[in-house]
Amino acid sequence: MGDVFKALSDATRRTILDELTDRDGQTLFEICARLTTKHKLGATRQAISQHLDVLESAGLIRTERSGRYKFHYLDTTPLREIAERWPLPAKEPDR
Amino acid sequence: MRINVTSVLVDNQDKALAFYTDVLGFLKKTDIPLGGGAKWLTVVSPDAPDGVELLLEPDAHPAARPFKEALVEDGIPYTSFAVDDVQAEFDRLSGLGVTFVQPPTPMGPVTTAVFDDTCGNLIQIAEMSSAPAG
Repeated sequence: MGDVFKALSDATRRTILDELTDRDGQTLFEICARLTTKHKLGATRQAISQHLDVLESAGLIRTERSGRYKFHYLDTTPLREIAERWPLPAKEPDR
Repeated sequence: MRINVTSVLVDNQDKALAFYTDVLGFLKKTDIPLGGGAKWLTVVSPDAPDGVELLLEPDAHPAARPFKEALVEDGIPYTSFAVDDVQAEFDRLSGLGVTFVQPPTPMGPVTTAVFDDTCGNLIQIAEMSSAPAG
């Protein structure tokens, strides 16, 4: 499995996760269209595909085939390991 | 020179004619037998019966199907049609059993949706967003 921290270190990859949070289960075309039109990220489809490979290798997204289509889904499970390693406070401290 | 016809590659012309007319609402314009079972088969929009024709072209060439399958896997539409209200078309076509791989989504100056034409293609429909006031 790839490195979650490395996967999250890139702004484009974080934006991809933002867009999958907006709507889960997108095609490569929809992800590229959102990055281009909403975020003015003029990356090539090949570059986005490579970003998706890094995210998938880190376990942050998974792909599912449905018939002839291929959809990308957000998977935040690896983030739990981060919270377990450096636990969140039980509640917000008083200020 | 002017553009009077464009095409989609379909796996079955009769099935394609039914989908593009009965479901999408286009009108058959030309149907000329070419031999070997193939036809020069075109449809037009009822809004522009003398406008650009869409040729429902057989995908019999061996390279056509792998090409189409690769586009579909990545969600890439073969072509795009203009609609006045993409949400209304999404609702209407969904009610007719059409499969969408992308529901209406704002994409900068347009709102788009993408559906399966049942003939091996994804098709985008796009509504131009209203121009900003002022």
